[in-house]
Amino acid sequence: MKGVALLPDTASTFAQQVDLLFWFLTAVTVFFTLLIAGLVLYFAVRYRRGSTASRAGAKETDLRLEIGWSMIPLTVGLIVFVWAAKLYADAYGPPPDNALEIFVIGKQWMWHLQHPNGIRENNELHIPAGRPVKLTMISQDVIHSFFVPAFRIKRDVLPGRYNTVWFTPTKPGKYHLFCAEYCGTQHSRMIGWVYVMEPAEYEKWLASGGEARPGAVASGSGTMAGISTASLVQAGEQLYKQLRCNACHGATDGQRGPSHYGLFGKKVKLRDGTVVVADEAYLRESILRPLAKVVDGYEPIMPSYEGLLNEERTLQLIAYIKSLKKPVQTAEVKP
Amino acid sequence: MSVAVAKHGEVKHNYLNAGDTVLSWLLTTDHKRIAVLYLVSVTLFFAVGGLLALLIRLELLTPQGDLMTSENYNRVFTMHGVVMIFLFLIPAIPAVLGNFLVPLMVGARDLAFPRLNLASWYVYMAGGLIATWAMVNGGVDTGWTFYPPYSSSYSTSQVTLTIIGAFLIGFSSIFTGINFIVTIHKMRAPGLTWFRLPLFIWAHYATSVIIVLGTPVVAITLLLVAVERVFRLGIFDPALGGDPILFQHLFWFYSHPAVYIMILPAMGVISEVVACFSRKRVFGYHFVAFSSVAIAVIGFLVWGHHMFTTGQSVYAGMVFSLLSFLVAVPSAVKVFNWTATMYKGHIEFRAPMLYVMGFLGLFVIGGLTGLFLASLATDIHLQDTYFVVAHFHYIMVGGTIFGYLAGLHFWWPKMTGRMYPEGIAKLAALIIFAGFNLTFLPQFVLGYLGMPRRYHWYPEEWQMLHVMSSAGAALLGIGYILPVFYLLWSLRNGALAGPNPWGATGLEWKTDSPPITHNFEETPIVTEEPYAYENHHQQEEVASGTGASTAEA
Repeated sequence: MKGVALLPDTASTFAQQVDLLFWFLTAVTVFFTLLIAGLVLYFAVRYRRGSTASRAGAKETDLRLEIGWSMIPLTVGLIVFVWAAKLYADAYGPPPDNALEIFVIGKQWMWHLQHPNGIRENNELHIPAGRPVKLTMISQDVIHSFFVPAFRIKRDVLPGRYNTVWFTPTKPGKYHLFCAEYCGTQHSRMIGWVYVMEPAEYEKWLASGGEARPGAVASGSGTMAGISTASLVQAGEQLYKQLRCNACHGATDGQRGPSHYGLFGKKVKLRDGTVVVADEAYLRESILRPLAKVVDGYEPIMPSYEGLLNEERTLQLIAYIKSLKKPVQTAEVKP
Repeated sequence: MSVAVAKHGEVKHNYLNAGDTVLSWLLTTDHKRIAVLYLVSVTLFFAVGGLLALLIRLELLTPQGDLMTSENYNRVFTMHGVVMIFLFLIPAIPAVLGNFLVPLMVGARDLAFPRLNLASWYVYMAGGLIATWAMVNGGVDTGWTFYPPYSSSYSTSQVTLTIIGAFLIGFSSIFTGINFIVTIHKMRAPGLTWFRLPLFIWAHYATSVIIVLGTPVVAITLLLVAVERVFRLGIFDPALGGDPILFQHLFWFYSHPAVYIMILPAMGVISEVVACFSRKRVFGYHFVAFSSVAIAVIGFLVWGHHMFTTGQSVYAGMVFSLLSFLVAVPSAVKVFNWTATMYKGHIEFRAPMLYVMGFLGLFVIGGLTGLFLASLATDIHLQDTYFVVAHFHYIMVGGTIFGYLAGLHFWWPKMTGRMYPEGIAKLAALIIFAGFNLTFLPQFVLGYLGMPRRYHWYPEEWQMLHVMSSAGAALLGIGYILPVFYLLWSLRNGALAGPNPWGATGLEWKTDSPPITHNFEETPIVTEEPYAYENHHQQEEVASGTGASTAEA
């Protein structure tokens, strides 16, 4: 047996906040368990059959007691609910603007991670301490779940739609990465490591194209340095031209398709009058199933790219579309 | 089977000696005989589920997956879950104790639909045998939750067959539920008003309502998985145009209330036993009764707390979290009332009472650790870890199985006419209590450390906690085997019980042990409140001699 662990690492801002709540709940649990067990044992001994303790004044019911012991769990529950809901809204809410964006693809049975500058890793993730990290995740097959206990973060990775999560790592170190949703035969081998690095060390790692790795690497995982040197955006741009997306989607809204420039994060009005936000999920759907949401003023004529693009290439296209900013002069043209 | 012998040596008629051919059992419509059929069946399936659990714990002694392949490990834990939930925990108390006691407790000759009751056992056996056949022919590896698209498009195991088995077993629960609802509404003895009903009946009424409303949903949902799997019709798999989250909503819409299907009947048992061995009316009778109803109603509105990490909207998460905290309140109210029942009572330490005391401690831990999972922020970390595994075993074993064993011992004299041996029964209760805690307390720590559930391999630094857990499982196994031996022994050798060995109130104690085929010589008329132990001092005196062979008329 190699060592004994009783407490998990605490390596993100969220982890510190969750632990406070966790230990509060633990205290509540221990208190009430001891209270009930203590009362049960005390009554069992004191009022055992044949004991001389007085039974005078035993009641069958007492409204004040009933109200009291309904309100106590209710109050404790409501306090914990509000406390936990606030933390949850932060963790699963929108990430800060300066977040480092990483794409995650889960598949039976490995994690594939892509950095914005094109570095790709399998079952390993290198990130700097102190900077928020946003993960945009999708599965190629069944449901997986991205779980880093040291960050107290878990988010299911679904086929067919993006899920996002963000966290801010605080402490440099090497932490477990697990798949937490049962995904088939090798589920318990769909594991890896998250390396949180000092920012300076991380910059070196980035500059070396992911070669300067501190930890040991298990076979079959690691950075695939050299395979793709192009950044996600560059790869996406290449693909965008290759697929001739620009034939219909120009720098300004055209006759055949709306412009992609400055599109990301904007509200889009659809033909049926509903308004949606152009986020990653919307872009993905519009590439793979263009007729699901047709923009107001356009005809449903775009062909589907489902089956032609794998998740990785879809992510590259989206990264490129996100990078397209509105040309400056259009702002001046506005009345 | 044993036969109660009256003092003067004449063999009295009862439901057990009413016929001794195999057919007289297989074609019986007597609720008591059907309860015995169920008792034998659920015990066999419990043994299968228990052996699978021991295999899991043996494998997890070491961090490497070295006892079996990952493929087999996945099948073992899946079948442990399927067998324990569908074939043991859901039917155990309602179909064995409920079947036996509901007509007796309401003063009826049988359930409202005796043939439907027998059909329920046949449907249960058919489902159970199909599931068993699936198990021996390759097994199933999806987890008992059958999440698509893994179950519908990726697994190569016997998913469809297992689903057909679970589908059938669902119908057997529905039959039992309908029978209880109608019997409780229409067949109560004269004078037995709703608020004179034993709390066991209230609990089974609430359970039956959940069964009848919830089971069809899961039956249809599982069938849709089979349809997608066999006909490649896109329902849940995004590659076919389906939505995997839809499955989770439908599945948990039943499967969370199913937790209450499993625990509410145990709560009914606890109320009966704690009152009898405290010689007091259950404290706050109305609150205990209505808390069962409250649990049944609110329990239908909390399913989304199984899905906090799936990407459901933050606001939906908050609503489900809030409702989950609310559903904890009626359970807490019950625990406080049972504890208060012991206050100023005359407590007798019989084996059933030891199980009740164990239940109170373990259920409190199980319930309070549920708050960690209802609470959104902590659930993100604990979801799908061993913390969840430990939590639901505290409810399912510490709650349901402790309740089942309390009830089985408590009504064993009624069912068989014989007393179980008290000393060894108490020893078994203590071993089960110790073994259970040793098995599952370390799993809370493992879960907080981040150990995901359904893991065949695990990091080395967690081995010590797993070894503790496996040692506990061995002890628990010994504890479970003991009752099999001494209860079978008691069938021939136990002291004769007489109609009311505990001096308990309730109509079931006013007839012979074992009861005659039609339960009562004449329809009882109820004139008093339930648990009127204050009025029964004389009976108390009679009961004080252990298993006195009193065979009064």
